[in-house]
Amino acid sequence: MAHDEVSGTDTSASDSSAVETTRGASTGTVVIASDVANPGEPPHRQRVTDTDPRAAKRAARSVYTLFYLSIAGSVFAVAAYMAFPIEDGDPTALRLNNLFLGIGIALSLFGIGLGAVHWGKALMHDKEGIDERHPVRGTDATVARAVEIFDEADRESGFGRRTLIRNSLIGALVAFPLPGLVLFRGFGPQDQNPPELLSHTMWKKGARLTLDPSGIPVKASDVTIGSVFHIIPEGLNERHDKLEQKAKAAVLLMRLNPDDLNISPEREGWSYDGIVAYSKICTHVGCPVALYEHQTHHLLCPCHQSTFDVVNECEVIFGPAKRALPQLPIEVDSDGYLVAQSDFHEPVGPSFWERS
Amino acid sequence: MARKSRKANRRHPLATVVLIAIGLVVTGGGYALLSSTTTATADTNASSQETIDEGKKLFAANCATCHGMSLEGTDDGPSLIGVGAAAVNFQVGTGRMPMAMQGPQAMQKPPQFTDEQTAAMAAYVASISPGPAIPDEKYLQADGDATNGGELFRINCAMCHNVAGAGGALTEGKFAPELKGVLPTHIFEAMLTGPQNMPVFNDDNLTPEDKRDIITYLKYIENNPSPGGFELGSLGPVAEGLFVWIFGLGAVIALMVWLTAKSN
Amino acid sequence: MTSTIERADAHPEAPVPVRKSGGFTAAAANYIEDRTSISGVVKEFGRKIFPDHWSFMLGEVALYSFIVIILTGSFLTFFFQASMVETVYDGSFVPLKGVEMSSAMESTLHISFDLRGGLLIRQIHHWAALLFIAAIGLHMLRVFFTGAFRKPRELNWVIGFLLFVLAMAEGFTGYSLPDDLLSGNGLRIIDGLIKGLPFVGTWISFLLFGGEFPGTDIVGRFYTLHILLLPALVVAFIALHLVFVVVHKHTQFAGAGRTEKNVIGYPILPVYAAKAGGFFFLVFGVIALMAAFFTINPIWNYGPYDPSPVSAGTQPDWYIGFADGALRLIPPGWEFVWLDHTWSFNIIVPVVALLALLGAVAVYPFVEGWVTGDKREHHILDRPRNAPTRTAIGAAGVTFYAALWAAASSDIMATHFQLSIEGVIHVVQAWAVLGPFLAYFITKRVCIGLMKKDHEILLHGYESGRIVRLPGGEYIEVHEPVDEYERWKLLDYEVYQPIMLRPNAEGKITAGMRLRARMSNWFFEDRIAPPTREQLEAGHGHETHGEIEKGPGLV
Repeated sequence: MAHDEVSGTDTSASDSSAVETTRGASTGTVVIASDVANPGEPPHRQRVTDTDPRAAKRAARSVYTLFYLSIAGSVFAVAAYMAFPIEDGDPTALRLNNLFLGIGIALSLFGIGLGAVHWGKALMHDKEGIDERHPVRGTDATVARAVEIFDEADRESGFGRRTLIRNSLIGALVAFPLPGLVLFRGFGPQDQNPPELLSHTMWKKGARLTLDPSGIPVKASDVTIGSVFHIIPEGLNERHDKLEQKAKAAVLLMRLNPDDLNISPEREGWSYDGIVAYSKICTHVGCPVALYEHQTHHLLCPCHQSTFDVVNECEVIFGPAKRALPQLPIEVDSDGYLVAQSDFHEPVGPSFWERS
Repeated sequence: MARKSRKANRRHPLATVVLIAIGLVVTGGGYALLSSTTTATADTNASSQETIDEGKKLFAANCATCHGMSLEGTDDGPSLIGVGAAAVNFQVGTGRMPMAMQGPQAMQKPPQFTDEQTAAMAAYVASISPGPAIPDEKYLQADGDATNGGELFRINCAMCHNVAGAGGALTEGKFAPELKGVLPTHIFEAMLTGPQNMPVFNDDNLTPEDKRDIITYLKYIENNPSPGGFELGSLGPVAEGLFVWIFGLGAVIALMVWLTAKSN
Repeated sequence: MTSTIERADAHPEAPVPVRKSGGFTAAAANYIEDRTSISGVVKEFGRKIFPDHWSFMLGEVALYSFIVIILTGSFLTFFFQASMVETVYDGSFVPLKGVEMSSAMESTLHISFDLRGGLLIRQIHHWAALLFIAAIGLHMLRVFFTGAFRKPRELNWVIGFLLFVLAMAEGFTGYSLPDDLLSGNGLRIIDGLIKGLPFVGTWISFLLFGGEFPGTDIVGRFYTLHILLLPALVVAFIALHLVFVVVHKHTQFAGAGRTEKNVIGYPILPVYAAKAGGFFFLVFGVIALMAAFFTINPIWNYGPYDPSPVSAGTQPDWYIGFADGALRLIPPGWEFVWLDHTWSFNIIVPVVALLALLGAVAVYPFVEGWVTGDKREHHILDRPRNAPTRTAIGAAGVTFYAALWAAASSDIMATHFQLSIEGVIHVVQAWAVLGPFLAYFITKRVCIGLMKKDHEILLHGYESGRIVRLPGGEYIEVHEPVDEYERWKLLDYEVYQPIMLRPNAEGKITAGMRLRARMSNWFFEDRIAPPTREQLEAGHGHETHGEIEKGPGLV
């Protein structure tokens, strides 16, 4: 058993005495390799195509057939492009176009690929070659010369000696990207304060609850037990920042048997005869929590499976979310329409640092 | 080897017994019902008193154990007062009722009753207390506005049923079923009545025309093939990822092995 | 052309395929040579040797997929509008006619439905992207498990790692461009994730989206990243990666005649060029076939992004799955208000865990190099079994990644195997925590078992399956000896002894030295040294099993 010294490029396995290295401080690395000698390359095995001219001929035939097949594939693809036009509104025509064009292109590619590889494997000279490896590190002379060049440059420039120049240069180099960093502020509008924006939605006192997406207002009498209505605030569709507002103001409206609801004292009067409105935006990372089960009264987020219990003011009963879905206090106006009493009493959607 | 086969033997008879028992109960029960009732339902067209009586008998024999003799419900099943003919037609017509066993939710299976029997039970349940009726044919032709239907489907349905109607998971083992191949009547009735845990979408929420549009959209994507080729179950990126790892990379690796193997 | 190649075929020693006289080819070659000195390049690389093993082609799959991505992606840029300006769809896809959507979505639908071949190119682009990252991942696993990252290739490992991260970024930015419902919800998740980061989250999200989510800037910004900045970086790093492959020369598996000082294989011209060149067309062909037959990312089903709807089964593309899964695995309640600020550990923990996982991948070569203290160059690959601890660590990492990955499809698993989604999550939570340890111990045992088996084969030969009855009535199985070439493949490996803890020059034992000795002991405590000549000669007939040596490292 050979205990190899590990230093430099010495990889000889013939030395059978155990040597531990003391390169550096206390490396102590000991490598054990076998002392059996490398038998050298095995004898070359000839292929059928090397020994049998008929086989070689057959292989050659396969190769050029494949190349011709590739030409046929290319022609087929061009033909398919013309023969299978897309007809307006007909998905079948589009599917055929996609299919035959794709088959033609694939055939043209496979013909070249299979042919070239088969040629390389069966017909090209197959004796393996050997390259010598050299250490990646340059020769000592090269390294020494490189070091010397740096020394000369240092001497000639005074980079090491003139510390004031050098350090002021370093300082300048550290400072020069700063304007670049500042420019990133322009990525967001200048006059807006994000935590402030995140704390308010479009909902305000008297805003009607309307259907998503039509904007038709909803009457309390429309909402039967077991129903779920997807709600947007009145006037959302006319906003220029519709999607931004919708991303905060989307609401789920559900009606339960009033006896089923456990309402905490401070939220008395936030619901109307078993009709409750909760933010649809998950308090985890903001997906729409839209899966309502009307028997279990669970709301499930399809993205990360946070589950909220509508009966208990949408508290989290499963999944990574922590906070309950914010409730929108609602009431009925004089015409019987459902309206908001106010905005949400807390920021909706994902948590953020400034939220407390 | 011996241990393994003994283990398998130990399990097999048990499983077989259970299977046979379930099979007997289901098929035997079905046969018994069929043979005893097919002769009885002759007239099917109108919900005449005769039909209602027929429905009452069927209900008493097949449903009352769980739903109560007068639809009042028991611990094993909800009250059916006010669910209407639409609910009965959906639940029985899709084979969800009667349930084979209690579970997270009633499973769809081949219907246990003929259309006539289902209609009779629907008529009976509707006669006790009014509720949503079986939808009018004019909403079921899939000839509405697919664009409106698609938009409403994405907002009201896709979170559970998936944008392509491929179905999805709910809590505690429940799931929203796939919508491909479901009859327009049943889609309409499901929206109207909210079967199982599905919420109700009454006519104030989605008007009958809206429901027709949703059916139109679903039938459009069902009847028109995906332009891009096979859909991999319309499951989205998970199916695509699995496919590229198993078949894409699998094919490429097979080619790599061939490519580097020494020619013989 | 043909005659040139036949010449080379007949005379393998012919060094330069550029001939000095005769014909148009020669004239053209001379013209170029006089102006570029290209012969030097041909001389240097024309007959460069590449070793052959199927697993060495994985990096090529990634490279070729990337070329396909660039080709198809360039085509798509001619039609795609990276704008979130609202417009009304009036194309061919009936169920979206009249729907308000962004220009990005509209132009992607135009490519899909109204541009002949556009859908095919889009699908090729997307399938190629999935294959690109999958191939990178598998290539990294190959490099890891064979120890190809050891000196002198540590830096190239890091470059490869950066390419993996860049590829994921490329994928995610591309996935978001159509502004459809699926990718929009993906962006929503990213937004929520960023907002949950302490101190800077709210502002980073605000600046990234150009105001409130979703804003009207993100598609344009991602487009610039997707087609300019990230591809430039990917191309630069690929170039650097390949330069290093040339500088280091490719590794090879142990084999007769192969040493640390040579490389045996086929020359670039002609065999390797034919095979690798042909392979490009094969990879392209596989991708084209997938695109011809299988729909990918049907944005027409998803519809335009709107913050209110969502689809069941909303998942990212597979390579982001591990991040999505990490978010899903956090149990309820990991968020606190402290010092008047919200600490979202349900986001911080998965983010830190993912960064730690990626960081561990990036620095592994340096850690292993420090533990072994081995400063030699390594060009002969390890068989995974011959480095049991490394292989076991890799298996543990793969198991952890797989758990996160599986978690991202928890809902699909629940519906398809009729399980409860809560049950699936709980099982995967346990898998993510315990699985890596289990995988580590099992893999290490299996590796050592396989090494023992190799040892057995070296000493006693293969079990031939032939049972012979001896004159004494005893039955024995005949063992066929291994020929010396096969034997060398099993023999040519090294094991390390755990490092002895000894005082340094100042007579001290530092904490670092202690840690290193402990790590070394952990890595190399269980090992089976390759048999010596003596053992081999004595092997036949003697019952000398490969014993696990217990290291003299730490006491």
